[in-house]
Amino acid sequence: MPVLIFIDTADGHVKKASLEAICYGVKIAEQTGTTAEAVVLGEVKDDLSSLGKYGLKKVHHANNASLNHTDAQLYTKVLAQAAKATGAKLIIFSNNLNGKAIAPGLSVCLKAGLVSGAVSLPDTGTGFIVKKTVFSGKASAHVSVKTEIKIIALNPNAYKIETKEGIAEVVSFTSPDVASKVNVIKTTKASGEVPLTEADIVVSGGRGLKGPENWGMLEDLAKTLHAALACSRPVADAHWRPHSEHVGQTGVTIAPNLYIAVGISGAIQHLAGVNHSKIIVVINKDPEAPFFKAADYGIVGDAFEVVPKFTDAVKKLKGVV
Amino acid sequence: MKILVCISKTPDTTAKIAFTDNNTKFDTGGVQWIINPYDEWYCLVRAIELKEADASTVIHLVTIAGADAEPVIRKALALGGDEAIRVNADSTDSFYIASQISEIARQGGYDLVFTGKETIDYNGSSIGGMVAEFLDLPFVSHATKFELTGTNATITREIEGGEEVCEVTLPLVVSCQAGVAEQRIPNMRGIMAARTKPLKVVEPVTADSLTSYIRFELPPAKAGVKLVPADQPEELVRLLHEEAKAF
Ligand SMILES: Cc1cc2nc3c(=O)[nH]c(=O)nc-3n(C[C@H](O)[C@H](O)[C@H](O)COP(=O)(O)OP(=O)(O)OC[C@H]3O[C@@H](n4cnc5c(N)ncnc54)[C@H](O)[C@@H]3O)c2cc1C
Repeated sequence: MPVLIFIDTADGHVKKASLEAICYGVKIAEQTGTTAEAVVLGEVKDDLSSLGKYGLKKVHHANNASLNHTDAQLYTKVLAQAAKATGAKLIIFSNNLNGKAIAPGLSVCLKAGLVSGAVSLPDTGTGFIVKKTVFSGKASAHVSVKTEIKIIALNPNAYKIETKEGIAEVVSFTSPDVASKVNVIKTTKASGEVPLTEADIVVSGGRGLKGPENWGMLEDLAKTLHAALACSRPVADAHWRPHSEHVGQTGVTIAPNLYIAVGISGAIQHLAGVNHSKIIVVINKDPEAPFFKAADYGIVGDAFEVVPKFTDAVKKLKGVV
Repeated sequence: MKILVCISKTPDTTAKIAFTDNNTKFDTGGVQWIINPYDEWYCLVRAIELKEADASTVIHLVTIAGADAEPVIRKALALGGDEAIRVNADSTDSFYIASQISEIARQGGYDLVFTGKETIDYNGSSIGGMVAEFLDLPFVSHATKFELTGTNATITREIEGGEEVCEVTLPLVVSCQAGVAEQRIPNMRGIMAARTKPLKVVEPVTADSLTSYIRFELPPAKAGVKLVPADQPEELVRLLHEEAKAF
């Protein structure tokens, strides 16, 4: 019974979050003496056999244009069929937007217990227990799954990508002949080059930046670091930045390697969404800002003076200037 | 037009997160309960707006919770909605909760089911997708805009790497997030009216739980911040590069 990993694509390319899900699934397969296979729906631009270098043995591909848009209802039916055909007892998703849209439906369809927001490998010592984040990152919980078939949705940036040697066998499968009831009329790509939840580095701005016209210096820093941009809630509420960049308890939860917070006070609701970042840097002119208590590094100073100099120093280090 | 809005009670966003009984239970001592922000700000308010645009719209609220959730449901009714249904059960398993909601949805014959994109306590992001599958209805997740013309919904949703605009014919399940509506504050008239709105209590149907919470833990405390003088940002860059190896 292989571990089955759902591979998610955007614009025909495999997502970084899916590579993490693959490596996570491959590791579990190794630990439980089985193999890892994956399933991809819709047309892709990448060479799927190259996913063997992450340890996959087989990729099931439903190369069908009618699956190019992620429709939860349709995907659930197709994935249920793939799960049954492979006999998989464990199915892995990334807990990104697509995973959140599809995994719950599949859980019902297969009557498989679902743990979403997983952050580490399952503990199979006594039963099957998975650690996940709760209270928007303020705590974590160990959840026991009681069903024969299990589904895990792994948080982005929670598992390291490792490459090995190998080529995956790509087999095509025919998806059931069901039409989507969701008619997509327009797709728009996000402005940033680096998707927020997948980013290794995130540069974030708060109300301390005074207005949207001052985001240029953060964009410059983000570009230099190949980082994604984020913001606090009031910034999105005031329409200085799009809501897709709003991080925190009522926005996006992220766990980058490095989070740089500029002019953000560090309210509890903001911290909830970012406190799983490995390293937190705070730039704030108020030494009493609560964010400093949650930070690893900080500068007490005026963002308008500090950030441009900081960016210059990064550019110098990277040899850009 | 009948809309079912799923309401969950969650700890206030400033609540102290602590656990009791050997870290097996959430410590509810001193916790203020609120309507899950996604359910309130986006689902409920959008449903109310749809009713304002078409007075024949009926809005029902559903919650799966013990009697202690009633103040939160009354608050939701104070914002709007015609009646509330409380399924008298306490559970943290999404499959169980979605089973109950689906049963209510089936009986009520709703055209539209709204859920928040997630609850801010257990962060399952599961209820909408599960309910849709139980009812074999289309599910549109992470909506940022929701428009209705007759029985045709036009929805903007966040997808990986961008946005998608789609059209779907009702009935339908939608999970909502920021953008769908703007938060409202209940007014005095609403609060008075809520007191007499029906709040039905029904017993749960038999359903399985597929998962259970075994134990909780809090993240380790940070070691403390290393401050760098404001006139030496290059020193911070050096530390991030050499010590933290962040880039
Ligand atoms: C139910 C609920 C949910 C919420 N959810 C979220 C959420 O998901 N995400 C979120 O972010 N917030 C959320 N909030 C809001 C939160 O409580 C704070 O109000 C918000 O995070 C503050 O944003 P801020 O730090 O940008 O602004 P402020 O708190 O106003 O802080 C601005 C900071 O900038 C600093 N500053 C000013 N000028 C400069 C300068 N020139 N240089 C450097 N620093 C400067 C100030 O010292 C200050 O610390 C929520 C609130 C509630 C009630």
